[in-house]
Amino acid sequence: MSVRSTIFTQFEQVAVEQNRKLTPLSDGVLLLESGLDSLSFAIIVARLEDSLGVDPFSASGTVEFPVTFGDFVKLYEHAVV
Amino acid sequence: MASLWETLAQSREPVPGAFHGLEASIALAELATASSLGTDLESLRGRSVLVATHSQLTAALALVELDGLARRMVLCTPDLPPDHLASVAATAAADCIVFEDAQPPDPSIAPHRVPVRVTLTPGPVNRRRTAQTEWVLLTSGTMGAPKLVLHTLASLAGTAPRSGASAGISVWSTFYDIRRYGGLQIFLRAVLGGSPLVLSSAGELTRDFLARAAAARVTHISGTPSHWRRALMSGAATLIAPEYVRLSGEIADQAVLDSLRGAYPTARIAHAFASTEAGVAFDVEDGLAGFPAELIGQGRGRVDMKVEDGTLRIRSERTATRYLGADVTVLADADGYVDTGDMVELRDGRYYFAGRKGGVINVGGLKVHPEEVEAVINADPRVRMSLVRARQNPIMGAVVVADVVLVDAAGAAHDSTGFESLKHDLLDACRRVLPAHKVPTMLRFVPALELTPAGKLVRPGA
Repeated sequence: MSVRSTIFTQFEQVAVEQNRKLTPLSDGVLLLESGLDSLSFAIIVARLEDSLGVDPFSASGTVEFPVTFGDFVKLYEHAVV
Repeated sequence: MASLWETLAQSREPVPGAFHGLEASIALAELATASSLGTDLESLRGRSVLVATHSQLTAALALVELDGLARRMVLCTPDLPPDHLASVAATAAADCIVFEDAQPPDPSIAPHRVPVRVTLTPGPVNRRRTAQTEWVLLTSGTMGAPKLVLHTLASLAGTAPRSGASAGISVWSTFYDIRRYGGLQIFLRAVLGGSPLVLSSAGELTRDFLARAAAARVTHISGTPSHWRRALMSGAATLIAPEYVRLSGEIADQAVLDSLRGAYPTARIAHAFASTEAGVAFDVEDGLAGFPAELIGQGRGRVDMKVEDGTLRIRSERTATRYLGADVTVLADADGYVDTGDMVELRDGRYYFAGRKGGVINVGGLKVHPEEVEAVINADPRVRMSLVRARQNPIMGAVVVADVVLVDAAGAAHDSTGFESLKHDLLDACRRVLPAHKVPTMLRFVPALELTPAGKLVRPGA
């Protein structure tokens, strides 16, 4: 499964678990307007660390916090390489 | 100490300061001839009052009006479940509840019920102080029911600048709810300083809140590191250009400090250590995670700090008086030190926070006691025991995870769908009774858990 589809699946799964209505995801969707809250993102980041083996937020150096879904995917795509 | 209102009224006429909520903006000067508590204001004199509103704006108005008038006021957090509200009322000997019209409380909670409204009722108001009002804050207790922490205006406000010092220059705001310690600090600084305060509203988008703060020209703004990460992820962080950015309530890691420095190149960026019980201990403005070791030691000003058994202990005039209620622990030791429960490690002349003693988990500034979550999981007859612990997380500081030992581990292992459905049942049970941040984000089945020689669970940091 690609990084993008792994992330996509986690967004959908966590939205269901957290009982949140997820906006249809595209690269331009603002993360904070996707229907998910901070706790949902925290869970997604933890699960992605397990499935992809990276946590780009805790990597050394300055973290550019992602704003859109596209930023989020890119952050992981770069980290996984 | 003078009441909030007296402090304001002594300084200048008209009374300075304002609250900017999502639903309305109210100048504090309006309270000279009108009340948010209608004609019932006098009926609250000398009472023990629960301030149980959802909106921060109504709570802010009630706090200003009740300080000096009520004998005691209890700052109920908006997420307080109704059954806990009843126990809080009993512990605080509350005989009155202040609420919003839309959310009338059960009459059994307190006999006298007074609605608070953002539309002020004009009429004569007597702002004479007849009480040194006790301020009661809620903090999470081990088994779900909150603990009640007794403060005074003096212990809460400490050396917050008084009205007149820089009035009119500062505009304050906070991502916190003002009913929590970190938010209350900002509320008091704004009110006592005669400055405007921009209040957030439940459900308001971070971007919209930042736009309101920007419109009010916010100069001083605070939040937890998790609040700030959310602001940075909103893409709207740079709508505001504050002079002062404050972080507290959680460990401020280097990544969030660096990112805030990037967003606000000229701002003072301070991370503070404070707790509901211990009060404000220190602020660090050097942009580095942790704090300098020189801060530890006695006689370094108004706050004494020491490290004992690996945790930070604080003694100061900002410390709470005591816990309310019969069945509670002692807040401070015989020497007046409060054990914050925060473990620290010394590395190269600097102390770094290393989680909490007793396995307490800090999720975005909210404490989770593992026992409370374990009790829910252990209630399932298929579970032998469980361990709930923190997993570090770059968004919320930490999230809750659970390791579960089954009664019949071998039996369940025959069938992985059995595992999955059991996991589903356990998490479902947690979701039914616990707020979202306490529900394990991951649950795994383990063959065994480590026990101490005395048969207790080995907890990280215990």
